[in-house]
Amino acid sequence: MADPESLLEQLRGHFGSRLIEAHLAYGEVTIELAPGDLVPAMTELRDLDAFRFEQLLDVAGVDYAAYGSDEWITEQATGSGFSRGVTEPGFGRLGLTGIYGVQGVAESTGRRFAGVYHLLSLAHNHRLRVRCYAEDDDLPVLPTLTGVWPSANWPEREAFDLYGLIFEGHPDLRRILTDYGFVGHPFRKDFPLIGNVEPRYDPEKGRVVYGPVEIEPRVLVPRVIRDDNRYRGRPQSASTEDQADG
Amino acid sequence: MAEFQSYTLNFGPQHPAAHGVLRLVLEMEGETVRKADPHIGLLHRATEKLAEAKPYNQSIGYMDRLDYVSMMCNEHGYVRAIEKLLGIEPPLRAQYIRTMMDEVTRILNHLMWVGTHGLDVGAMTAFLYTFREREDLMDVYEAVSGARMHATYYRPGGVHRDLPDRMPKYEPSPYRSERELKEMNRAREGSVLDFLEDFCERFPGCVDEYETLLTDNRIWKQRLVDICPVGPERALELGFTGPMLRGSGVEWDLRKKQPYAVYDRLDFDIPVGTNGDCYDRYLVRVAEMRESARIIKQCIDWLRANPGPVSVDDPKVVPPSREAMKDDMESLIHHFKLFTEGYCTPPGEVYAAVEAPKGEFATYIVSDGANKPYRLKVRPPCYYHLAAMDEMIRGHMLADVVTLIGSIDVVFGEVDR
Repeated sequence: MADPESLLEQLRGHFGSRLIEAHLAYGEVTIELAPGDLVPAMTELRDLDAFRFEQLLDVAGVDYAAYGSDEWITEQATGSGFSRGVTEPGFGRLGLTGIYGVQGVAESTGRRFAGVYHLLSLAHNHRLRVRCYAEDDDLPVLPTLTGVWPSANWPEREAFDLYGLIFEGHPDLRRILTDYGFVGHPFRKDFPLIGNVEPRYDPEKGRVVYGPVEIEPRVLVPRVIRDDNRYRGRPQSASTEDQADG
Repeated sequence: MAEFQSYTLNFGPQHPAAHGVLRLVLEMEGETVRKADPHIGLLHRATEKLAEAKPYNQSIGYMDRLDYVSMMCNEHGYVRAIEKLLGIEPPLRAQYIRTMMDEVTRILNHLMWVGTHGLDVGAMTAFLYTFREREDLMDVYEAVSGARMHATYYRPGGVHRDLPDRMPKYEPSPYRSERELKEMNRAREGSVLDFLEDFCERFPGCVDEYETLLTDNRIWKQRLVDICPVGPERALELGFTGPMLRGSGVEWDLRKKQPYAVYDRLDFDIPVGTNGDCYDRYLVRVAEMRESARIIKQCIDWLRANPGPVSVDDPKVVPPSREAMKDDMESLIHHFKLFTEGYCTPPGEVYAAVEAPKGEFATYIVSDGANKPYRLKVRPPCYYHLAAMDEMIRGHMLADVVTLIGSIDVVFGEVDR
């Protein structure tokens, strides 16, 4: 595999101030671009000889709303034990909002929804991750990449379906994985794991109807974040540190 | 003469040739497909969302259920991502076991594919032959992990346990004679490695049998040659990987180009097609089965000669042995913490890919330092192949739809996730 450090240097040299962020962690190069720069920059990444990213392998939507939140305090001793993490309302159990929601999502930060693109260059044998945050949390819009790589079509539909990311200019932005007539975007952090509605047969109406879910949400293992000394000084993504602070 | 108007045809979701729950809305003109609109998601189980609510290790079993005919390769993709985050490297023996089991899985997958693809296209016999060999490999799965399909055998830091010393045997039964029983148990007298070696000895002969049935079969060729060809440039643009890409003549295999596990220590070849049609993809996959048998053999030789640990000695990630747990306070605490809480990974994001039988299977994990992934994204290879279906099938006949679905080697467990 090609040397990721030289790729990072080339990217810095070529894109300059267009890179909001660029770093190397875990042997992988990640850059961040603004939505307005995305399509031209991606076209350059595909066409320029130094990069030659022939393939767009994956588009992943990410919702950073609950990044860094846990369900169990690990810094000091607690007297209430395991059940604290399990019975009290935590977002893992109930989602942030929604009908069981415990708290609203904070006001729009412009750093909640991101599209994460994974590129592969066969010519140079290197990979690249590109992240692009949608500017508005309430109506997250990103430009579509279907014009650059046709393989962006379905994964963008998926990110739209699961996260509500709107890809401007997408030729066929329909739901893809969820049911016909599904309401909401299920992979958002404010969507509860058990869902909001469930279908059941109504004998009076003689057909299947949707009603509120009846199952109990529960957590078997609470989500904890432990500060581990062994991981100190490891190269970490700068953007994730920003998120943890905010 | 009546003029044919274009009309819409619904194909599936319950159709024997749809390989699961694919619903296709086809716009037809006579028997020619003008447009295909695949509707997927009927098997959507939100695996990625479920993984966000579980400690890392508890999701390994879900990976088996994605592409449920290449189970261990999926586990490998997931486990490698966790190892990358944690910065641990499994011992060499575990790497060899993984490589060997990955190739067993590849043969399992391709056998399933040859059988059902033949069945779809009208060749019943190949199915019966391939499932005979599949059964042997299923037994290997069972001997190694305890489960025939959903193994949950790979763990971050190695594999669950070492290969067993003996292979389970058939038991006496009033329905089979002593002589038959002896013949059935012939290869099962020794260890799993002995059984696998015997399998690898006879497997090329079995592949010859399938090839006799199919490769030069006139009907088979009429149904496959020049059906849905894709050029190399287009295949790249469409995000093809694995045999679909190699069938189009692009020599790209992660096992060679970005080696993981111990593929860089092994000797094998990458078969490549030329026309990119369904027939070339068939030839590529059949040749891959032969290569896999070669790889397994090399792994067997190494594994015989090199006993050793099969998981890292890191009690923060790998649970202690049962004896140590009963004996030693430290181990008891580690055991308790691992099974009630799991381990926390450092924050960051990783993308780890393996060459699964269908193409590049990868997992992208975003971690915020918790004991559960913050976001898990699975990259299923078939998703992209199926997305290109509309383009590939246009202008072909209705019967070719079935050929193409078979040729994509689509499995809905991973497409819908």
